[in-house]
Amino acid sequence: MSGSMALAGILMTPLMGMVLVSVAGRWPNLREGVTLTTAVVLFAQVLSLYGAVADGARPELLLLPMLPEVSLQLTAEPLGMLFGLIASGLWIISSIYSIGYMRGNDEGHQTRFFVCFAGAIFAAQGIAFAGNMLTLFLFYEAMTLITYPLVTHHGTEHAKKSARIYLGVLMGTSIVFLLTGMLATWVLAGTLDFRQGGILAGQVGATGTAVLMALYMFGIGKAALMPFHRWLPAAMVAPTPVSALLHAVAVVKAGVFSIVKVVVYVFGADNLMSLGSADWVPLIAGYTIVAASIVALRADNLKRRLAYSTVSQLSYVTLAATLLAPISIVGAAMHIAAHAVGKITLFFAAGSIYTAAHKTEVSQLDGIGRKMPWTMLAFAVGALSMIGLPPAAGFISKWYILSAAMGAEHWIAVAVLVISTLLNAGYFLPIVWRAFFRAPPAHHGDDHGHDHHDDHGEAPWPMVLAQGVTATLTIILFIYHEPVLKLARAVAGGD
Amino acid sequence: MLNSHLPILLVVVPLLAAPLIVLLRRSLPSWIVATAASVATLAIALPLLQQAVSEGVISYAIGNWPPPLGIEYRVDAANAFVAVIVSLIGVFVMPYCRRGVAAEVRSEEHYLFYAMMMLCLSGLLGILLTGDAFNLFVFLEISSLATYVLIAMGRDRRALVASYQYLLMGTIGATLYVIGIGLLYLQTGTLNLADMAARLPAMGDPRATLAALAFITVGISLKIALFPLHLWLPNAYAYSPSAVSAFLAATATKVSIYVLMRYFFTIFGETVVFDARYTGVILLALSLAAMFVPAVVAIFQTDLKRLLAYSSVSQIGYITLGISLHSVGGLTAALAHLFNHALTKGGMFLVLGGIVLRLGGSALDRMAGLGRTMPIAAFAFVIGGLSLIGIPGTAGFVSKWYLVTAAMAEGQWWLAGAVMLSSLLAVIYVWRFVEIAYFREPPDDHPPSGEAPLSLLVPALLMIAACVWFGLDASWSGSMARAAAEALAGGWK
Repeated sequence: MSGSMALAGILMTPLMGMVLVSVAGRWPNLREGVTLTTAVVLFAQVLSLYGAVADGARPELLLLPMLPEVSLQLTAEPLGMLFGLIASGLWIISSIYSIGYMRGNDEGHQTRFFVCFAGAIFAAQGIAFAGNMLTLFLFYEAMTLITYPLVTHHGTEHAKKSARIYLGVLMGTSIVFLLTGMLATWVLAGTLDFRQGGILAGQVGATGTAVLMALYMFGIGKAALMPFHRWLPAAMVAPTPVSALLHAVAVVKAGVFSIVKVVVYVFGADNLMSLGSADWVPLIAGYTIVAASIVALRADNLKRRLAYSTVSQLSYVTLAATLLAPISIVGAAMHIAAHAVGKITLFFAAGSIYTAAHKTEVSQLDGIGRKMPWTMLAFAVGALSMIGLPPAAGFISKWYILSAAMGAEHWIAVAVLVISTLLNAGYFLPIVWRAFFRAPPAHHGDDHGHDHHDDHGEAPWPMVLAQGVTATLTIILFIYHEPVLKLARAVAGGD
Repeated sequence: MLNSHLPILLVVVPLLAAPLIVLLRRSLPSWIVATAASVATLAIALPLLQQAVSEGVISYAIGNWPPPLGIEYRVDAANAFVAVIVSLIGVFVMPYCRRGVAAEVRSEEHYLFYAMMMLCLSGLLGILLTGDAFNLFVFLEISSLATYVLIAMGRDRRALVASYQYLLMGTIGATLYVIGIGLLYLQTGTLNLADMAARLPAMGDPRATLAALAFITVGISLKIALFPLHLWLPNAYAYSPSAVSAFLAATATKVSIYVLMRYFFTIFGETVVFDARYTGVILLALSLAAMFVPAVVAIFQTDLKRLLAYSSVSQIGYITLGISLHSVGGLTAALAHLFNHALTKGGMFLVLGGIVLRLGGSALDRMAGLGRTMPIAAFAFVIGGLSLIGIPGTAGFVSKWYLVTAAMAEGQWWLAGAVMLSSLLAVIYVWRFVEIAYFREPPDDHPPSGEAPLSLLVPALLMIAACVWFGLDASWSGSMARAAAEALAGGWK
């Protein structure tokens, strides 16, 4: 079938990209051409599956007979479709951005950077289209390993230490909790397939399910549920394009995607609802949302603030998924998309500011909107989306999640959403205000301490273009979100 | 028909290669004969396994003297599977020896090296195939004596001490084993293992059987290097020539583990060993200790060869843990790890051999900047390390899958946690290499000399590639391990 062919192509394309990029390493223009072409071809392949999957088809592909009992296989289903589209689509834009950033900052080891980047996308596609838990786990671990060289990109002592936290938390949680949970699922349910309604339904009692739930929720460390969130701020030591695509989109979305997938297809929302074994998760998620926002509020480093904002926003998805209502699962799926476009815009803007003005702290941003109007405009759109205000995509998903919380009369969740909206406003709006309405810092008369970076303009054009596109997408997704909604409904509804 | 003589051929081919090599004397012809003999053993072992899996137990009477009076070779899926592992490792290691030995062994001793390798191989295969308790002892000594010589051939003078240490420990182990079979012989009046297994239940469960079980278990555990009887192993692996480290790490302890399994499950039987005694609990406790203590010790090593050696002691803990579960699932896990760990550790020692050749030593500090000076070798070593950790997509993961599911199926859920935590220790000791190789500047005083020569690199890379291959497609290794486990648990009927 053509569906299987497309799935094979989706895995092969980024792999080919890795090979070709490393071969073309000596000629930067050719190398970047390869990256862009690969990204476009990949997106086209993922897109070609959309029609069939939205209409209810589930193309499959057997990869390898990994174990005599369980094989590696791919299956395209709506949630994976959504994640696959986001990861591959934003890869195109962030490749354009990366080119501007890496050259603008004279970064070293650019070939390794682009190879590992393609590798991370390969792993993301594998996670998106994994046909069973074993396949998902394989690509999940592959993603941790392939992003390790990106986190340590600068090779400094600080990078090495941060990467230890990155690897330690992600690898530790996935081996100790997630793998144990997966193997227990295999022993108890006798299968690791993803099935609508869950494979554990009727196999395990309430306590056992609660333990398994904990193993999965904390085992999927990429979803950054507290207290296993420390890797995400640590990962900010990487170059900004990595933070933008991987630590705001691909890696973290792989985490929350896995959470939604496990809740819906391994446990089964109805099963969890009747057992009550997941009732504690919204509380932890709610705590993470509020606590991370408070940390973000106090962070002066822009990327650190964005990182904690991501920790908080990821738990929106976890919260929504574990409210277990069909509408909340729609909200969770929508939020994966909405947060992706919004947060990547914010990171792009942060990278542009660093490249053009070499500024990293929020307190340095007074009046920067006058010199970099496009960047800060994009930033403002991203900020609106994070807060959940129209006309940004974040409004739509928050609307769904809030309605679900109210419908379920889960007042703690409602309170968390309200408080976090205020906190979000509290740490994003001052940045926009500083940038546009405060005067730039006055120069001292003498040349002493004169900052040469003060006379800068906008960032290189590929970066401005990229953040413009994602900001526009954030707004488009507010107005026209029918395709995303269709996939989200299919996940929740089980049609 | 030649086919019916496969069991004896498997042992005789390398056994005859040894004196032939001594007669040839020159280095190159010796190597050619040794390599050819290794390839031949694999070519014999594979159809033998095929035959054992499809037809069940194969009995071969040496010199046509019918058992139990004559010596019998008794082949089933279990020992045929381990024989395939041993001969497969031989095929990987022998091509590597040509260059590796030239660098590490004095040229007038080359023929001795190859002769000893052949005796060692022959001894190990003999241990596996023989159905006679005393014949097993003879082969145990043949392989051990050859091993002592091989270790002593290491360039470092400390190799002599290491060899002597192993000689003492190995001799104690072998002595205990002989006392054990002496006791069994006194009771049953037979040395044929299958015959012994058939007679033992009728003896009841006297103290003498118990004493024999204890002597044999401790004696073989010494050869296995089961914690805390592992003290000979780190030095032996660290100071012997690289090819020997790789070969021993992948085969010698594995064969002894097979012997233990055979005695536990086929000769004494599960009831005597596990149900009536605390053997299972003791073995479990020692396995857990092995999974943690040597792994922590490995973290603090300053020499990469010693680090790998301690890692081996730790990984042996996984195998004995599988045995202690005394279920088909647990045995499958043990046998699968036997195979997977042989490939992983063998491959890593081979890669390391190439690195040592270029750097002149295996101290961790010397590995600084290896990611830049020897990118292929460093990367291959990391892949092997991932297999030690048990990352999915590597052979090590397959073992972990079997081990943890077997523990869970027995209701031992907490063991899952222990296995996972012990893999985290592996993450730490593997990452010590990663950080040194990739984040430290190469030292200035000795210029980077490039990758290891192809003759070393290719066998090493093939073995590492096999780690990945059998991690992505374990349908063969997994089903063979299960067949072997069923054969062991089912007895020699």
